[in-house]
Amino acid sequence: MLDHDVAIVGGGLLGSAFGWGLARAGQKTIVFDEGDTAIRTARGNFGLVWVQSKGQTMPDYAAWSLQASQLWPDFADELKDSTGIDIHYVREGYNIAASEVELEQAIAGQERIKAGMGDRAYSYEVIDRKTLKSVAPLVSDTVPGAIYTGHDGHCNPLFLMRALHQDMQTKGGDYRPNTPIDAIRPAPGGGFDLFSGCGRLLASAERVIVAAGHGSGELVRDYGIDLPVHADQGQVLVTEKVSEVFSFATGTVRQTDNGSFLLGASSKEIGLDTRTDLPTLAEIVRYCLSIFPFLGNLRLQRAWGALRVMTPDGCPIYQQSDSYPGLFSFACHSGVTLASVHALMVTKWILDGQIPSEFDVFHPRRFHV
Amino acid sequence: MFKRARNIQSKVSILFDGQPIAAEEGETVAAALFAAGILSFRQAPEDDSPRGPYCMIGNCFECLIEIEGLGGRQACQTRVRDGMVIARHRGLATVEAGS
Ligand code: FES
Repeated sequence: MLDHDVAIVGGGLLGSAFGWGLARAGQKTIVFDEGDTAIRTARGNFGLVWVQSKGQTMPDYAAWSLQASQLWPDFADELKDSTGIDIHYVREGYNIAASEVELEQAIAGQERIKAGMGDRAYSYEVIDRKTLKSVAPLVSDTVPGAIYTGHDGHCNPLFLMRALHQDMQTKGGDYRPNTPIDAIRPAPGGGFDLFSGCGRLLASAERVIVAAGHGSGELVRDYGIDLPVHADQGQVLVTEKVSEVFSFATGTVRQTDNGSFLLGASSKEIGLDTRTDLPTLAEIVRYCLSIFPFLGNLRLQRAWGALRVMTPDGCPIYQQSDSYPGLFSFACHSGVTLASVHALMVTKWILDGQIPSEFDVFHPRRFHV
Repeated sequence: MFKRARNIQSKVSILFDGQPIAAEEGETVAAALFAAGILSFRQAPEDDSPRGPYCMIGNCFECLIEIEGLGGRQACQTRVRDGMVIARHRGLATVEAGS
C-alpha cells in the first residue's frame, strides 16, 4: 500500500524546495531529514543567488541559472505572502575584481557564457571604478572595476529554509526531522519502500527523490545509479552588525539584512571536515579587505566551515533511474540559486514522471565519454 | 533574578552606562552585570528587543556589549578590571571608511 505520492530523502535546500513545490501541487509529500549533527550544507551557505559564475563550461547550466534568477522575485514574493517570512531577496550583485588580471578573467568568463548561450539572450556590463564608486563609495581605490549582469543577488538562506519548511507543512506536506533513511527498496506492488536504520518501514511512495547531499550516493548505489559528488569545503566569517553600508552582494562579501557582513569563498577538498583553520580565514579576510578596506574596522564575531555538494564539473546532476522509473536522484551545490526552479519547475518533472529531454545534459552519463 | 552565592571578597568597581557597579575581581562582565540586576545588555538590531547573555560560555553571541569604547564584545568572555567602562549597545554602529 502506497501511503504517499512522493517521498523525498533530504531536507536541505534541494529537498525542501521539492517538498514545498510538490505539496503546493497537491501531492501527498513526505520529506525525511536528519538531525542537527548531520552534514548540513544548507545551514552553512553564503546566501548568494548568483548567475554570472555558473555554466562557463556548460551553457545549459548558465541558462538554467538565469531562468532561476528570473523566477526568484515571484518565488520570494509567494513565500512571503503565504508565510509572512521575508527572506530578504535582493537582486543586486557585482562581481568586483580585485585586480586588472581578475577583471580580464571575469570578462573572458562572461564572453564564454555569452558565446555558449547562442541565441538565448545574455548580457553583462563592465562597470569601471568610477561608476562602481557611485554605488559603493567604500570600495578600494585599487579595484579596477566589476561585472554587473542584473541577475545576481542574495537572500537570507536560513529564512528561505524556514519559509519552505513552514509552508510545505501548511500545504499538507509532512516534514520528518531526525529521521535518517537507511534503505530504499522497490515496493512489491510498484513504488518504493523507505526504511530506517533498524529496518522499520517509514513510508511507501510512488516516487522518490534522493537529495541527501553527501549521503545520496550510498542510498542509490544498489540501483546501479552513479552519483559522483565530493565535499568542497568553504569557510565563512561573520562580522559584528552595523547599519546598512550597501544592499548588494559581491561574490565574496555581502551584508545581511540584520547588519552583519559575511566574508567568504574559500574552496578546499579535505573530505567531510567542517573545521575552520587560521590560514584559510586569514586569506579570506585579506582578499575581502583588498576590495573593501573598511571591513578592517569591524570586529569579527565567528567563523564556520560548510561542505558544498560538488559534482565533477560543478554543474547539477538530475537523473531518473532507467531500470526503476520513479526513482530520481538530484545533486548540486547551488541550492539557493536554483531553489526557484527546483520548487517551480523540477517538481513538474516529478509529476510527469519524466525529465524533459532538454535536461539530458545534466545526466551523469556526461562524466563517461 | 540572580543572586551572588557569596559576598564579594576582592572588590573592583566598573562603570555601566556611567553608573558604578561593584564586582568580584576576576569574574566576567556578564556575571558582574547579572549580579547587579542588569539583564539587558543591548537592543537587537532587528526589532530593538532587549538582549542579554544566554549561554555564558562564549557560543551564542547574545551577550555583546560595548567595553572600553569597543562594541560587539562578548561580556561572558571578558573579565572585569577595576575602572572598566561598559555601555549598553543602542542601535547599530556605523562604519567608517578605513585605510
Ligand atoms: S552569553 Fe553566549 S556568548 Fe556570551
